[in-house]
Parts: sequence; structure tokens; C-alpha cells
Amino acid sequence: MEHHTMNLTLKVWRQKNSSDSGHFETYDVKDISSEMSFLEMFDVLNERLIAEGKDPIAFDHDCREGICGMCSMYINGRPHGPWHANTTCQLHMRAYKDGDTIVVEPWRAKSFPVIKDLVVDRTAFDRIIQAGGYISVNTGNAVDANSIPIEKDKADLAFANAACIGCGACVAACKNSSAMLFVSAKVSHLALLPQGDPERKSRVINMIAQMDKEGFGGCTNTGACEAVCPKEISITNIARLNNEYIKAGLTVDK
Amino acid sequence: MLNAKIPGGPLDQKWTYYKGHCNLVNPANKRKLEVIIIGTGLAGASAAASLGELGYKVKAFCFQDSPRRAHSIAAQGGINAAKNYQNDGDSVFRLFYDTIKGGDYRAREGNVHRLAEVSANIIDQCVAQGVPFAREYGGLLSNRSFGGTQVQRTFYAAGQTGQQLLIGAYQALERQVALGNVKMYSRHEMLDIVMIDGKARGIIARNLVTGELERHFGHAVLLCSGGYGNVFYLSTNAMGSNVTAAWKAHKKGAYFGNPCFTQIHPTCIPVSGDHQSKLTLMSESLRNDGRIWVPKQKGDTRKPNEIPEEERDYYLERRYPAFGNLVPRDVASRAAKERCDAGYGVGSSRQAVYLDYAKAIERYGLGECSKLGIEDPTPEQVREHGVNVVKEKYGNLFDMYEKITGENPYEVPMRIYPAVHYTMGGLWVDYELMTNVPGLYALGEANFSDHGANRLGASALMQGLADGYFVIPYTIGNYLSNDIRTAAIPTSHQAFVDTEKAVQDRIDRLMNIKGAKTVESFHKRLGKIMWDKCGMARNAAGLQEAIEEIRQLKKEFWSNLRIPGGIKEMNPELDKANRVADFIELGELMCIDALQRNESCGGHFREESQTEEGEAKRDDNNFQYVAAWELKGEGNWELHREDLVFEVAKPSQRSYK
Repeated sequence: MEHHTMNLTLKVWRQKNSSDSGHFETYDVKDISSEMSFLEMFDVLNERLIAEGKDPIAFDHDCREGICGMCSMYINGRPHGPWHANTTCQLHMRAYKDGDTIVVEPWRAKSFPVIKDLVVDRTAFDRIIQAGGYISVNTGNAVDANSIPIEKDKADLAFANAACIGCGACVAACKNSSAMLFVSAKVSHLALLPQGDPERKSRVINMIAQMDKEGFGGCTNTGACEAVCPKEISITNIARLNNEYIKAGLTVDK
Repeated sequence: MLNAKIPGGPLDQKWTYYKGHCNLVNPANKRKLEVIIIGTGLAGASAAASLGELGYKVKAFCFQDSPRRAHSIAAQGGINAAKNYQNDGDSVFRLFYDTIKGGDYRAREGNVHRLAEVSANIIDQCVAQGVPFAREYGGLLSNRSFGGTQVQRTFYAAGQTGQQLLIGAYQALERQVALGNVKMYSRHEMLDIVMIDGKARGIIARNLVTGELERHFGHAVLLCSGGYGNVFYLSTNAMGSNVTAAWKAHKKGAYFGNPCFTQIHPTCIPVSGDHQSKLTLMSESLRNDGRIWVPKQKGDTRKPNEIPEEERDYYLERRYPAFGNLVPRDVASRAAKERCDAGYGVGSSRQAVYLDYAKAIERYGLGECSKLGIEDPTPEQVREHGVNVVKEKYGNLFDMYEKITGENPYEVPMRIYPAVHYTMGGLWVDYELMTNVPGLYALGEANFSDHGANRLGASALMQGLADGYFVIPYTIGNYLSNDIRTAAIPTSHQAFVDTEKAVQDRIDRLMNIKGAKTVESFHKRLGKIMWDKCGMARNAAGLQEAIEEIRQLKKEFWSNLRIPGGIKEMNPELDKANRVADFIELGELMCIDALQRNESCGGHFREESQTEEGEAKRDDNNFQYVAAWELKGEGNWELHREDLVFEVAKPSQRSYK
């Protein structure tokens, strides 16, 4: 692949801690290779800031292969940047050209408070899972794995939803900061499988209740979540979620 | 003397015997016993969930923002289990035997047999949790084959098996958090073990958001903190993966087993430049269908699609006709290095070989056309259907390759090169997964036990979950049954005070160096030394040089390091400095271990010990042991040997020809 170098202007959100009000800071970065990843460009900038005696930019990242869900940059008004079905760590600099200005912010949502710079607190997602995003089966209880055949199409669809990486881009993209895509992915994953059936009703009711408690907004079907989801989780899951929720509300025993 | 505490009796009865005779803790007493778990990958999350279910009071720690981020999530290809669903001759014994042989006879028979025994339970448990493994149209589970075996025993979920298994374990963990049995501490890093009366009784952890040090008591401490491949700087590990928890344990007396045993994975995306921060694996499952080749002509600069079939050297198929592209990882990696070193490498760096899917696309396409009743299909039809099949099997991997390289692997062969992936070495543990420090356990990649000198594909997930779901729930009871009268020790105990002070002093010392060079620059230099001299091929002279260079690097690190920011705040540079300081010490020990092991085995290739054909030559007479290192002082280790006894799988020269 042909490659080239470029000079860029970065406007990055800096915020010392959760109580600081925060501000944009402008940085010029030079000689960035088109082969670098977006985060490697930040590595280069941070090395320079340290050498200059300044505080490097804090950002979340870990696997750098698009699967752990830790990276979370809001790039030019779009979670994870311009590429379709992508995470920030997999965005590469060939997406940009010499002279570009790039604005980088943290996820913006009340339920994801900023901890420092581009790092936010997403533990609300863990608490939603705690409310029911599981199948209650203790270790050792299982029957033989092939004793319950599952239609391939259903298994594949369950997998497509279980592929959610919990990054929170859906929330960051939504004008209501709704977590419906995230919740619908988990509810769908488990509702599509026979193993998830016994807790189907209580799961959806409890997860929605926790979602509301965390302060996430409602869904108005604008579809921004689906458009930015790195794993292409479909918005039709939200319809399934609503369906499950209504059915559960009408028929739940308690 | 090292006692591995392997139960007596025939190999296939040992675990049954153990389970039938180990001490139990009654449910009322379990509620009084506290267990600390470091790391929430497959081993840590499965252990935390299972021990929580049993009623123990568990505290789990991870440095990421959520337990679901642990690097097990990135495992791609699959998980082995001796289910024999394919009727192709698999059995517990075969899985055991393949693992022992694949590990080049440097693993313990007892542990490996137990691993094979519980492998089937893992699949059952995961399916019950809702892990959506790949299925056939009949609704039953699908399998594929993996390197180093001749049966299809690998269960998978596209190229995201680790993710699906970890989400399963994570959900089980979060359920226990909701029930109050597990307390979760995310964005926390363990920085020392607290020892009281010779037993591990707690930890000092740093809250990575506030920078505060915290004291936590536990009747036992489980390290499930993963491997140390990042000692090489560039590896397929996550950026945060580190050796710190294991290294602190080592400094508190735990022996480090076979530290030099590193797995260099054959199919990774090659390095593109100096800015590179990590390497990305392309699952070994790709070798099922892909064919690996280089041009027959040295320094051939033609595009791969312009090189005709007869001018391609499918060197794995040529050298190893029985296993072909499915030879184990160590063999495939060395063969790639051999071709590139000899001048046949491809790509701009010449440090790469091709992994080609053209044949597979054609084969699958013809199959689909036949299924659909298309007679005399056109090449375009064959291709279209073939691409669809490959997409379903490996789509996410192909997409990832394209994002990183900008090349479309459905059109042109992928370029791959070996990269550091997994560390077989780790804390020495006995049959019960306890280190030689009472009450201190190591599970999953953090221990040394099951993979010998080379791990077979799809076995890491199996081991992590075996340890967490099915081994530790039994073995920890055997220890804690003696602790039912031990009340929780208040963290005002002098041992906690002293340990916290030592941790604080070290942090102060790091911050006060106020030198000129960044943590990253030291880490890169360490990685280069390790890769050049303790990487895919090692020799005595190089290792001796490396030891000297690392000692020098250590001095410089402690006198010229610059860490910006403060202590009592979120400070990722300080977190990294803590880890790199430990990597430097580990690097020295790895070279010392590689130097003493003057044989080639598995991933450890000593140039002095090879056959005439350039294959690894083991030396069972002198090196059939586990090297367990005890730290005696700075840069001073004593070697303890645990002799390996093979009663069932008699060692033979490993051949994949």
C-alpha cells in the first residue's frame, strides 16, 4: 500500500478531572504517516508533550484491535471517527489528508461522566448487565452442549448481537444519550436462545429499569446509534426490545 | 524441594481421586472466607463467578474500566474440547497426548490430563450460559481443526471466540456482583502481595483514578493476570497487559517457571514502521483454508497475483507433507523466519510471507455451486459463492486486515509474519494451582503449567476456563478448609502498613527520578533487545549480551526516567512506568533461563541445538525438567528443578513430516 506523511491540526478536549470544567487545546502534529493508527498519532503527540514537560492526553485504549471496547474518542462529531463499522483504535491515518483539522472529544453523555481528558466512566453499562444481562446457571449445572439443537439462523443472530463490545458509541451518537441499542443487543442475544427463555421477562424489565435509573434517555428512532456501531448491531433489535418489554409487562406474574 | 503434589494412581484416575478426597468447606464457613482475584479474563472471571456461586466472599480487581475488557476478549480462533462430536477419533486421551506432544514434552502429565478431562464440561457450561458458538444447519455445534492436531475438536464463534467466552464469564461474574457475592474493583492495579506468617493474606492496590493506595485482605489470593508477552514491546497483547502482579508475587518468594518459553505466533500482520505500538494476530484458523507461500525466486518483486503457480514455494506443504499448513505454531514461525532470512521474504520490508485464500475461495465456491445445482458455473459465480463462504467463516479477520493494511485480502494474498503472542512460562504452581507461597494461586496464562514449551492453538481459552470453572473451586477448598477459624485480619495489621509503605516508596522513587526519557522509549529498547536476542532464535553469546544490555538499561531507567503529572491523580505514564520497571527485571530472568536451557524445545530454539535439517533438537537427558527460579536478591536467582516424569506419553522426537 502506498503511503505518505501529513501535517495536521488537532483540537483536543482537556479536562483535568471530573470537577474541572474543561476546554479545547490546539496542537500541531507533523510528519504523521498514513500507515499509523489514529491512536499511534496520539502516542506520538503524547511523547512530544512529555518531552516538552507538559501533561500528556489521557485516553482509554487497550487491545488496539477493535474488540475490547475500551477506546472511545468522539472524532469530528462522530464516535470512533469517519470509517464505517470501526473503532477508534482501528482508524488509520490514511483516512486524513495533509492540512486537515481534527476535533477530538470524549463521549458526551450525562451517564458517562468525564474522568480525565478523553476518559469517561462507563460503569453504568456494567450495572445494566448486573440487572439481568445473564443466564442464571451456576458452574457445573450444564447438560451436554448438543442436547439442545438451535436453528443456525437464530444462533447466528444471537451471535451478531452478542458481538456488542460495550464501547458506548451508540450512547455518544444519540441526541438523547439513549442506551437502547446496547440494552437491545443483550436482551436479543439472550432472548433468541432457548437457554435464555426462563428469565426472558424479568430480564428485559429489570434491565430497562436500570437503564432508566442510570439516566440514559429514550429512543426516538433517529438511527444514529446503528450508523456508528463498530459491530453493526442492527436497530431492529430496539423493536425487538420494545416487543419483549411490552409482552413482559402484560404477562409477567409478579 | 519442589513438590508438585500430583495425586497417585493411574493417570486417568488422578483427578477423580483428588476430587473424591480433597477437603471440603461447608457453606456456612464459605461465607466467612474471603478470596482476592487479580484479573478478570477467562481465568479470573470464571474463578470469581464460580467461587461467588459457592458462597465465598470474592473481591475481583482489573486495571481496565470494566472486567469485560480483559485481553482474553481478543482471542480469535476457538477452544478445544474432547467431545468427539465429529466422530473422527477424538478422545480425552488424544487431546491429552496432542497437548503433551505439542508442548514438546515439557509439561506435566497430571495437569494436562486433567485439562483434557474437563474440556468437555467447559463447552457444556458455556452453551448453558448462552455463548453462541457456530452451528450447523441441523442445529448442532460446528467444529474446525487447528494446528498440531489431526481431528476437528475446536469450537468457535466466527473469529471472536474469546470475546464470546469472556462475555459469558463476565455475565456470570456480574450476576455474582448483583447478588453481593463478588465485589468488583475496576481501574485498580495490584502493586504488592501482603504476607502474614508466611501466607499470602492480601494485597496493596492502586486506584488508577484517584492514585490512592488501598489495602485489601483475603484468606487467599488468586493471580489471573495473564501473560507477559509485552516484555517484547511489540506483541499481540493488549497495551495494558503486564507482568506486574506475577512479578510482585515472584518478589515475595513465588518461583517463576520456564520464563523463557514464549510463543511466537506465525500469522500476524507484519510491522509497518517505527511508530508501531502493537501487532495484530490473524487467527491460526486461517491456516485451515489458507496456503502459505513465498516466491521460489529470491528477491522477487512481482505482485503476488503475477507470480504463476509453478514459481511459488508452498514451503510448509513441501517440508511437512503430513501436517502441511497445519503444523504447530513454533514450527510454522521458524519456517517463515528461515525463508525470510534466506532472502525469499515479500512486501516492502521483505519480512513477510503470503497467506493465500484464492484456492479456498475456489474450493468453497465449487461446493456451494454444486449445492445450489448450478451446472458448469462460470469462474465469476464460483468466486462469488466462494467469497461468501469465506466471509462467513473469517469475515471479521479479513475486515481487520483491510483496515490495518489498506489491502483487500479477498483480492490479494495477505502478508503475514510471526509475532510474540503468548507466554507458556509463568508462576510455578503445583497440581492445585498454588504457587510455592501458601495461599497464593496462579491461574490461566499467569501460571506455567499446561502448555510446556509450545502451546497448541485453541488451548489457551480451554486452560483459562478449566482453571477458573473446574479446578480452583475444588483445590481452593482443600487449602481454605484449614482456615475456617481464621478471622478476617484487619488491614491495620503491621504487614499491611509496611507493604503499603514499600509500594509508596517505590512510586515516590519513580516520580523523583525526573530524568529526560519517557517510559515508552525504555520499553521500546527493552523490546528490541528481547526480540533480537531472546526471540525466535537464541544463542549463548547473544543471550549473554542481552543480559548485560538489560542490566545497563535498568540503571538508565532508574536514573533518567521522566514521568509527568502527579501521584494522587489519574496518571497513565506512572502506571506504565510501574509495569516497565518489572518488565526490565523479567527480561533479565528470561535471558538467564534461555541461557541455561541449552536445548531446543517448542518455542525455545537454541541455535546450538538443531538437527542437520534445521529442526529443533531436544535434549531429554539433560533438560527434561521445569526450571523454577527463586529470586535471591537483585539480579540474583537460584534455579530449582522439577523433573518431569512421563509414564504414559513417552517422549519422542516431535515430527510433523
